Amino acid sequence: MNPDISTNVGPIILQRPTMLASGILGISLDVFARLYKEGAGALVTKSLSKEPWEGYPNPTVIGMKSGYLNAVGLSNPGAPYFAKMISSNNTIPIIVSLVGSVPEDFGFMIKQFENVKILAYELNLSCPHVEKVGLEVGDDPELVHKIVKSVKRDSKVPVIAKVGLGSSDYLETVRASCDAGIDGITAINTIRAMAIDIETTRPILSHKIGGLSGTPIKPIAVRCVYEICSKFNVSVIGCGGVSSWDDAVEFILAGASAVQIGSALAEKWVGVFSEINNGISKYMERKNFHKIKDMVGIAKKS
Amino acid sequence: MQRNPDVPYIVKIEKIIDETPTVRTLLFSDETLSKVLPGQFAMVWIPGINELPMSVMVSTEKGKAAFTVRKHGYASTELYSMKVGDQIGVRGPYGNSFTLKQGRLLLIGGGTGLVPLIRLLTFLKKNDDVALIIGAKTKDEVFFEGLAIKILEQNKHRVVVVTDDGTYGQKGLVTDVMEKFLHETTFDAVYTCGPEKMMHKVVQLAEAKKIYAEASIERMMKCGIGMCGSCCFGEVLACKDGTVFNSQFLLTNKEFGYTHRNKAGMLEDY
Repeated sequence: MNPDISTNVGPIILQRPTMLASGILGISLDVFARLYKEGAGALVTKSLSKEPWEGYPNPTVIGMKSGYLNAVGLSNPGAPYFAKMISSNNTIPIIVSLVGSVPEDFGFMIKQFENVKILAYELNLSCPHVEKVGLEVGDDPELVHKIVKSVKRDSKVPVIAKVGLGSSDYLETVRASCDAGIDGITAINTIRAMAIDIETTRPILSHKIGGLSGTPIKPIAVRCVYEICSKFNVSVIGCGGVSSWDDAVEFILAGASAVQIGSALAEKWVGVFSEINNGISKYMERKNFHKIKDMVGIAKKS
Repeated sequence: MQRNPDVPYIVKIEKIIDETPTVRTLLFSDETLSKVLPGQFAMVWIPGINELPMSVMVSTEKGKAAFTVRKHGYASTELYSMKVGDQIGVRGPYGNSFTLKQGRLLLIGGGTGLVPLIRLLTFLKKNDDVALIIGAKTKDEVFFEGLAIKILEQNKHRVVVVTDDGTYGQKGLVTDVMEKFLHETTFDAVYTCGPEKMMHKVVQLAEAKKIYAEASIERMMKCGIGMCGSCCFGEVLACKDGTVFNSQFLLTNKEFGYTHRNKAGMLEDY
């Protein structure tokens, strides 16, 4: 019998455990449809703001010796435009990522999606390179609590919080989210980083400081997932450096119920979802796991 | 040390060619970019200013590559204004390339869209019979005519220049000349790069005659490596799936010839 790779993140049911991470490719319904066909279990949109944002000038994304550095600046067409764009959606499991500074921002955006079929919201509490939003919000557990509480009140669909490593203890952000009734946690975002070109003696990114993603941050992300699952009774989505099936399995063993994929798209392109899904399935068969749930967090027990 | 294509590699501008009063070609030494396939591009970092996707121009000197830039926006004007000895960063090459067909080939380009077509010319076989139509607004803006003729020396060829105002070559649109050509003879393949409305018409004309056609498209591009999504074009990404697409695909893409996305990702009309 083939193992069952469907999973659930709290109340969110996914046919497949690999999701598209926020910030990656997420601005068109046509591309979502393609990635869903390619095997993604859910598609997280780029983080949407109340108004359209152009983002920072280039360079916004560059490679490192290992991994990628970006400060795109949360460019997005704005929640009202986006809601209209995906209003015809009926079949694709879209998770809408939202970014804002105060509860009212989120309330306004959720209103835009009232009549749009979406799977869940993911609150961006962790973008490391835009002022007054993202990590600056995530670093303030009191504000996080207020935002999550109001979003949970306004939203008809489940709500996930995406946390990252800022200047305060990220576990306090998780705690505040859990206390306010969050349905799941995505961990982690990119990690604040920079690169300087030694020939021109300049920072390369136009924003100078950005976020590091890809394989170099994976062990850090695995540690965070493990810590969150050890301390809180909440479903977790692992994110950070997943580029092959064994990375995904590692996150699941650490406690993740699903994983998000971002940087790996640059190297493996859209085939990465089915590659990882198939790899997980083969691993489960070999190890005699029938369901994803059988594996979630079992590294803690050993 | 092996070069990582995604990290800006710093090169020095060694030579500048004035092509027109608003277009310049900047040459630099780079073994990797000197050998790219026709249609491939690089992300060009203008330190402190911006980074732009640019099709890689050929150089007649071995081991050298170039960019041909028209000054219009802030970043392209800064690149245009760079001096010999100035540094730029390049990463890539990225993207696919034109499919090399043989026989009677028709190439149609406008403005800096000629860059990948000129590179394509250097990949053609001796037996290919090549027609190149160059479009420009006016006489002052015509460039690469002489270069194209020189590259095609050994081939049977025609190079026709068309200007909107008739101040040089034929008056009208490149697609007028294309229609005339298609009426007179048949072609094995059509390649085009330039303003999208022009390419749209070229692809439609080729399709009507059942001639294989490819176009290299341009979209707002930020990362160049299939991550940011800025250059999405229907369900494909210009940077990763393109920039070259065939007519069969293009004519089913509802954005082709009509819309493109701005920096925020909102669709705008051409």
